[in-house]
Amino acid sequence: MQEGMKNGCAGAPAVLLERISTLLAEGTVARVLGWKAGDMAYNPEPAYFETQEALKDFVYDGFCGANLSKYMIEASKLEGKTLVCLKPCDTYSFNQLLKEHRVDREKAYIIGVGCGGKLDVEQIRRKGIKGIQSIDGAQLVWEESDPGTELKGIGDDVLTIRTIYGEKTLPYGEALLERCHVCKGKEHRVYDELIGQSRDTKDADRFAQVERIEAMSPEEKFAFFQQELSKCIRCNACRNVCPACSCRKCVFDSNKFDSSQKANADSFEEKMFHIIRAFHVAGRCTDCGECSRVCPQGIPLHLFNRKFIKDINELYGTYQAGENAEDKMPLTSFDFGDAEPGIVGERG
Amino acid sequence: MMYKIARENLSALFRKIAEQQELYLPVRRAGQVNFGVWSEEAVVDLDTLKSVKSPKDVFFPQSENLYTVQKEGRKLNVCPQDLQEKDFVVFGMRSCDVQGLCVLDRVFLSEPVDTYYAARREHGAIVALACHEPEESCFCKVFGIDCANPGALPETAEGTGAENKKGGADVAAWLIGEELYWKAQTEKGEKLTEALKGILTDTGETEEQQKLAGEKVAREQAAIRAIVEQLPYSHLSLDGWNGAALNEKFNSPLWEELYKPCLACGTCTFVCPTCQCYDIKDYDTGHGVQRYRCWDSCMYSDFTMMAHGNNRTSQMQRFRQRFMHKLVYFPANNDGMYSCVGCGRCVEKCPASLNIVKVIKKFQEEKQKAQAAEMAGGDQL
Amino acid sequence: MPMKDEFKPKIVAFCCNWCSYAGADLAGSSRLTYPADVKIIRVPCSCRVNPMFILRAFEKGADGVILCGCHPGDCHYSTGNYYARRRMTLLFSMLDYLGVENGRTRVEWVSAAEGVKFSQTMNEFVEKIHSLGKNVRLEDLRCRKE
Repeated sequence: MQEGMKNGCAGAPAVLLERISTLLAEGTVARVLGWKAGDMAYNPEPAYFETQEALKDFVYDGFCGANLSKYMIEASKLEGKTLVCLKPCDTYSFNQLLKEHRVDREKAYIIGVGCGGKLDVEQIRRKGIKGIQSIDGAQLVWEESDPGTELKGIGDDVLTIRTIYGEKTLPYGEALLERCHVCKGKEHRVYDELIGQSRDTKDADRFAQVERIEAMSPEEKFAFFQQELSKCIRCNACRNVCPACSCRKCVFDSNKFDSSQKANADSFEEKMFHIIRAFHVAGRCTDCGECSRVCPQGIPLHLFNRKFIKDINELYGTYQAGENAEDKMPLTSFDFGDAEPGIVGERG
Repeated sequence: MMYKIARENLSALFRKIAEQQELYLPVRRAGQVNFGVWSEEAVVDLDTLKSVKSPKDVFFPQSENLYTVQKEGRKLNVCPQDLQEKDFVVFGMRSCDVQGLCVLDRVFLSEPVDTYYAARREHGAIVALACHEPEESCFCKVFGIDCANPGALPETAEGTGAENKKGGADVAAWLIGEELYWKAQTEKGEKLTEALKGILTDTGETEEQQKLAGEKVAREQAAIRAIVEQLPYSHLSLDGWNGAALNEKFNSPLWEELYKPCLACGTCTFVCPTCQCYDIKDYDTGHGVQRYRCWDSCMYSDFTMMAHGNNRTSQMQRFRQRFMHKLVYFPANNDGMYSCVGCGRCVEKCPASLNIVKVIKKFQEEKQKAQAAEMAGGDQL
Repeated sequence: MPMKDEFKPKIVAFCCNWCSYAGADLAGSSRLTYPADVKIIRVPCSCRVNPMFILRAFEKGADGVILCGCHPGDCHYSTGNYYARRRMTLLFSMLDYLGVENGRTRVEWVSAAEGVKFSQTMNEFVEKIHSLGKNVRLEDLRCRKE
């Protein structure tokens, strides 16, 4: 089923490549938003493909973890339809963008691709593996059965990593992005067609980390976040990658507003930036985990977003942003009987 | 004269240095390694090859105060910021980072000299560490940097090094197994070594013993260089990247394609050891104003914003600027010195897996394609 | 104990124009007292208060921030305070999560007729901030006066 290796990337499943190629040839879509082989085993980049010939560089493997929904904001401004490959969790973001009228459903042809958990090279590096030359086992294993169905879990799947310092192996499950361990489910929320099967990767409770922090004393909480946030270099990657951060001009980029914007000027500024960033996406954040994935300093930014999600669930009823494109969002609606802010102190 | 110290005694060495001056070194905090001030509690990490942020931060901080204006009644007092006056030591910089400073020197030490930076350069002593295990994202070799010989200036800096004595490290060090080998390179380095003599041990009085130590280091260097040869980026060609190619590169249609996945974040510029652009801002403290400067990124939409607006209006232009500056404008203005040192931080950290290597490769690919087409055309005739 | 460093808290009170500000007015004209440490900022509606306002107040040296608006159901714009209520609940919860003492922030609904409540609330709040001491966890060091 596999195409040959491309620059060390694992290629793309043939059924996906064939279908994309056909849709492009038929003229159903004007371009494909997918992934181009990188020059290492783990660094494919998001790319547009406009011709069948260009598709020779197309890859789709375990390292294609970025959420392409945000790119659809720009793609919606282009002439003709854009085919986009979305994982189940990406479709939540797409729905949310639809709700906010930031993407055009008519301009998108969504292939819901099966997801068996996405890989994070940082996790591999964290295991002390360095000098990576090639990685085997990142290919997608899809069977001929119905698309959209779920296969068995990751089980004993193993990555074989050849490095300058010898060959290493790592269970697939240990190289996953944080978000995959707390997966929202493998059901695509919006799509035109489905290709490939998924497999379960969830093995942790989504709110466990948040609960652990909530149980700390104020001093411990403060020390924990102070340490994490003191690493922030204000590169704004978390903001720029976030599909919910779709403002044309971010408040932190405003020249009418006294923000240090790109300077790590004071520990207060870092706190304010991260609180406000999370607040601005509260009730809209689908918990896609991109912010944590891209942070060069490995700050667990999802802990901010998940705190808001957890509070919203507890106080205003369970809500999952992006589940559909119609629901009213929790911060643009209210109940007469909502809890008073004093509840924060009462909950202890 | 070569000295050595057992790895287990390093903390004693750090304590000794810190007694007299501030010591910066790679410290692990909340899971990440960055250069920070040594303290008894600091978790020093010399095995992680690259700090997330480059140590340029020590000489050219991400944010630094320039002066403060204080308001007292109707009076305004302008208080200049004190320049660095105390000596300090940076331990554990890599060859690429040291070369990164040479790039910054070109910018900040040429007229008009940046006094804030110059003061830090003058008072800082650098102990550079050889890269025991280079990684796949490294490509310092492409720029003539030798990560096995952390004291030396790169080959490409020849001629520029002589008039700029500040280049290079003050002490070269090799961490081999359980021992650290230490060799002073400059006067500053000798002075530091002298002060540490109680802790650093001679590798031997006799010529024979010195030779033995020298051989051990030479073996380590050979091993490092052998690994560097195997690195995937080590043989990248910079052919065609120079000031003369300005128009050809600037007008290339490839940028339109290359920039597309760019998220316009500042990660690449903020982890870079050579990016030197900064912005100057005012902060209203409620009782005065702090004028400070902070790193800026050419990836940001307000970069070089002026009253009339911005001279780069699209992300493609901003993206192009970064690479043109590193590979074309800078060498054109600095005797061929590139303002990339091949540390590979941007390669590892870009959220969209874009990087300078991909840009260089793409241009080369296209050039080869064009040449091949020309050849084929020639055959037909 | 030296007395010279007696803590004088700075308190910012955001008051909606239609109810709470009028409530404060009533407190004044009724000669009810509340500490001068409370600085009132009038806003058109409690819903006008952006979470950033609260953080900014702390940044610039406030030790406590209180938001007062019309009672739920009485909003001049009919629903503003309902939105404010959700926002502030989430913001306060986040501050608590970051380890900021949760007594430093408060929301109270004060109508134009509740001069007594206004003064009582403010007295209580100032006392609370007194017991918590100076705000250091949400302070911008640059704003500190040497």
